[in-house]
Order: sequence, then structure tokens, then C-alpha cells
Amino acid sequence: MTTWIFRRLIQAIFVVLAMTVIVFVGVHVIGDPLEMLISPQADAVERARAIALLGLDKPLWQQYVYFLWGAVHFDLGRSFVFNEPALQLIAQRLPATMELAVTAVLMSVLIGIPLGLYAGLRPDSFSGRSIMAGSILGFSLPTFWVGLMLIMVFAVQLGWLPSTGRGQTRELFGIEWSFLTRDGLAHLVMPAFNLALGNIALVLRLTRAGVRENLSMDYVKFARAKGLSPARVVFVHVLKNILIPIVTVVGLEFGSVIAFAVVTESIFAWPGMGKLIVDSINVLDRPVIVAYLMVIVFLFVFINLAVDLLYTVLDPRVRLESRE
Amino acid sequence: MSGATPALVREESPFRRFCREFSASPLAVGGLMVCALIVLAALLAPWISPQNPYDLAQLDIMDGRLPPGSTSAGGLTYWLGTDDQGRDMLSGIIYGLRISLIVGVGSAAVAFVVGSTLGLTAAYLGGKTETLIMRLVDLQLSFPAILVALMILAFLGKGVGNVMLALIIVGWGGYARTARGAALVERRREYMEAAECLALPRWRLIFRHLLPNCLPPLIVIGTIQVARAITLEATLSFLGLGVPITEPSLGLLIANGYQYMLSGKYWISFYPGIALLVTVVAINLVGDQLRDVLNPRLKR
Repeated sequence: MTTWIFRRLIQAIFVVLAMTVIVFVGVHVIGDPLEMLISPQADAVERARAIALLGLDKPLWQQYVYFLWGAVHFDLGRSFVFNEPALQLIAQRLPATMELAVTAVLMSVLIGIPLGLYAGLRPDSFSGRSIMAGSILGFSLPTFWVGLMLIMVFAVQLGWLPSTGRGQTRELFGIEWSFLTRDGLAHLVMPAFNLALGNIALVLRLTRAGVRENLSMDYVKFARAKGLSPARVVFVHVLKNILIPIVTVVGLEFGSVIAFAVVTESIFAWPGMGKLIVDSINVLDRPVIVAYLMVIVFLFVFINLAVDLLYTVLDPRVRLESRE
Repeated sequence: MSGATPALVREESPFRRFCREFSASPLAVGGLMVCALIVLAALLAPWISPQNPYDLAQLDIMDGRLPPGSTSAGGLTYWLGTDDQGRDMLSGIIYGLRISLIVGVGSAAVAFVVGSTLGLTAAYLGGKTETLIMRLVDLQLSFPAILVALMILAFLGKGVGNVMLALIIVGWGGYARTARGAALVERRREYMEAAECLALPRWRLIFRHLLPNCLPPLIVIGTIQVARAITLEATLSFLGLGVPITEPSLGLLIANGYQYMLSGKYWISFYPGIALLVTVVAINLVGDQLRDVLNPRLKR
């Protein structure tokens, strides 16, 4: 087990390194690093100083080492627009994005699993079929357009929910959170649902397929023969078995939820790091872009690693295999 | 149906059987018809749209943001309303479809060629080449498409060409993985052995013998990739990172209407969105049915 974790860690480090190479090549070879890393307003003296400071007169491999050195010391340059360290800017906006992403994932589980259970237990009923048809829409609808329609219906026409922003926040552990106030919650619901929509459909379909497959298995027959109540059979025995693939997929999807938050945050003006990156790309604030990419790569590798570990905890078979 | 028994029943050609199986689902046939209509509308845009949305002489700024069904001073009826420039939305959508389709289909086609070639090569050559190609695929597929596309556009800047390049880089991995999977099975077949015995050149073995037999799953992936590419392009354009304002795709049209949404002028965003939705759903319906028909595991 320990060797397995160790091997996974080394793999993860390699992926991070590979991505730093790609980002580095993207900034320094494909684009003009001068243009990317020095503010366009800089004069000739400043440019010369910046070239020396950034080591752009050095050979490429040495520049890469500088870049890595900066990265491990949490120094990825300063934003042109805010004139603050780029990583600090990202870190300030990270909690808002995390709040949105975690709420969206919770929503997809809390809505997806019950609907999937229902559709799996009554596959031929009208509501079961409607749920499945609805899930196809959940896949096909473009996220950003759904977001607009949600605003149009719930904010403009019905006036039930606020359309943009985070609302009132309250501090907890030194960070501002929206979900602790009523106003904040009202602001959180729509963007989170928008972000969750695709995953609700995914979880729903996984649950339904799992229920259908497991219901015909021997252990279910045995549990029924033992005289257990149908509720216990479904909620304790079947649910436990179908949770394994769901946890994996939800865990892996957490990364893409964070990535898709870029779209949702732009629509609902949610002040997270996704909105920051879109704004930064639009004004070519390159240090922030690089910092965002590095943070995201790190998050992704971490999530994949965490899901793998969780998998071994949930499914004893994986653990046994890795021990051999 | 050959040899001893005379041809009482004529054997169905593979293409005919494919058509029969495909048309078993009315939903898929409907989807195919909608797809055909959309392609036709995009091709014939200059002839069927009520006005040329790029010809500034035809636009009247006084007609800006009119609701659907309004009539212009010149007697033209704006069935879907007008945008802030006084542009007829229906014409805008038809021309927008054109750009969305060109970008979506074009990038999916290039990704198809690149991905299949690399996948087949990986499966056929094996060894280090295979490891290298498949590791690249793993790396690309482990990050969500939108993120990879954002990264590429952040480095290269906006524009139709860069968006297409981003969509190709996002899309090739899926084809490569599928092509390799299919080719690994096919290359052990007898016809491949026979072709190898003829000492045919390698490219010929791969492209004339291996490729045609790996096509069915690739076609399925291809249809779904077109829908994905169209959605992704719309998303990028909506964020203002995609096509330029001079060549508005559906996504950009939706983005233009966004600011008027809050004041209740829904049609500027709503109708392009419906057009996008119908296109994507129709392509997905066709793709779903293709998967069922072309999947050998479901064959009786």
C-alpha cells in the first residue's frame, strides 16, 4: 500500500512537471515572453532591467529553472492590472470558487442520487421515463445559455433570486463565505445549480444503471429472502454497492466543475478565480494566467490522487490487489 | 445466400442494412432531418435570410432592439426581433449558424484525421511510439476541454483560426484512443496478416487495410465531437475569447444579448440559444443512433 501511494505520488509530480514545461513553453516559446511578462507601458530602461531581472538573456533551460524556482517559492510574477503578486490574487478568489464548486457537487449528489434511484426502481413508469428524458437535456444544454435562461426566469421575470454577485458574506476562519447568510445563500443557489446541471444528469444516469444492475444480483435476492424490508435492501445494501462508481466519478468531475466555474462565474458575476482568469485573458494579464494554470494543474493532480486513495478505502478489492 | 440455394432472397447490401437499422428510431431520423435542414440553411444563407446582417447599408440603428414580430420602415418583418444594431435576428442566426458549423465541423474533421492517424500508428507500431502517443492522450484527456482551450487561447490570442486550433487540440485525443482500441483488435485479424505477407508498404497497410475496418467507432466519436466542438466554440465566444465580432457565431450572438437580458429584452439571447440547442440535440440524436447501429456488441 505504502509503495503504491509512493508510486502514485511520483507519477503526480511528473504530471505537474510536464505541465510546467507546457506552460513554460507556451509563454516563452510560442508567445513573446517580453510582451507577456512586461507591462506594455514600460519604457526602454524598465524593459532592459526586466529582461535582466527575468533572466531572458539566459539560455532557455536556465530560464526554465528560474521559472520552477519561482514556482516552488510561490512567486509567479505580479499582475499588470492589480500590481499585486499573481498567486495572491488567485488565492484571494479561490474560496469563492471552491464554495461554488462544492455546493454544485453537493447538489448533483443530493438531486442526482434520489432521482436516479427512483428511475432505476421504476424504469417503466412515466416519471421514470421523464427523468431519463430530462437527463438527456441536462447533457445537451449549453451551460452558459442555461445560466442566462435561469437569470431571465428567476431574476428578471419572477424576481425570486438575485442575478449577480455573492451577496452578503460572513467571516469564518478568516475567509468570507456566502453560505452563512440568507442573502448569500440566495445568491449561491442559481449559479451552483447552473454549474451542477451536467453532473446531476451524470450522477442520475450512473445511479439508475447501478440500481438496475444490482437489483438482479444474488446478494439482493438473498437479502430479500432474509426478510429485510425493501427500504433496507435498497438504501443499505444496493446503495452501498453503487456508491463506489459514483464517488469516483463525482470526485473526478470535481476538477471539471472548477474548470467550468469559469463560465458560470462570468455569467453570474461571481467573484471567483474563474472570472479573474477570463478578465485576465481579455486584458492579457499574463502572470495571472500562468499562476491560474499552475494552481489548476496542482488542484487537478491533487484531486486525482485523492480520488485514487478514496477508491482504495471504499473498495477493499482494490486494496487487496495493490497489496499483491 | 450463395452456392446451392438459388438467390430467392436478394442479400441486403451493407449500406441498405445500415439505412434500415438507422431508420428504426424515428427520433434519430428526425434528428438527421433537422441536421440536414440546418446545414442547408447555413449553405444557402445569402439567399434565404431576409437581410444581409453584415451589410451596414441594410441596417437601420433606429430599428434596434425591436421585439419579435415588429415591422421595419421598409416593410421588412423581424420575426425574431432585432439586436442592438437593428440587425434582423433571424438573418443573424442563419449567418451565425454558418460560422458555428464551419468552426465545429472543420475542427472536428482535422481532429479526426490527426487523432486517427496517431492512434492507428500507435497501435500498429507499438513500443516506444505507442507509449509516447498514448501518454500524450492521457495527459490531454485528464484536463477538461474548456481548460485546455482557455490555455491555448491565452497563449495564442483570439480569432477563428486559434479557436479551431484549440478545438483540434482538445478533440484529437478521443479519436486517438478509439482508433488505437479498434486497431489493436483489427491488426490481429487474418486479412492484416495476409496484407503483411504481401509486403505492402507500411502506410498502405495502415491506411488502406487497417483504417477502413476501424472506421465505425470513429464515425460515432466524430458525430459527438462535432456537437461538442460547436458547444465549446459557443462557450468560448460567449466568454469573449472566441471568434471576433466581425464573424459572429451563435455564441457571440448570445453574448451580445446578455446585457439586454436584465431589462427584459430576452430575444437577442434567447433565439440564438434555441438554434444552438436544436443543432446540438439533433447531432447528438444522430450520434446516439449511429452508436447503436455501428456497435458490433449490440449486433444480434
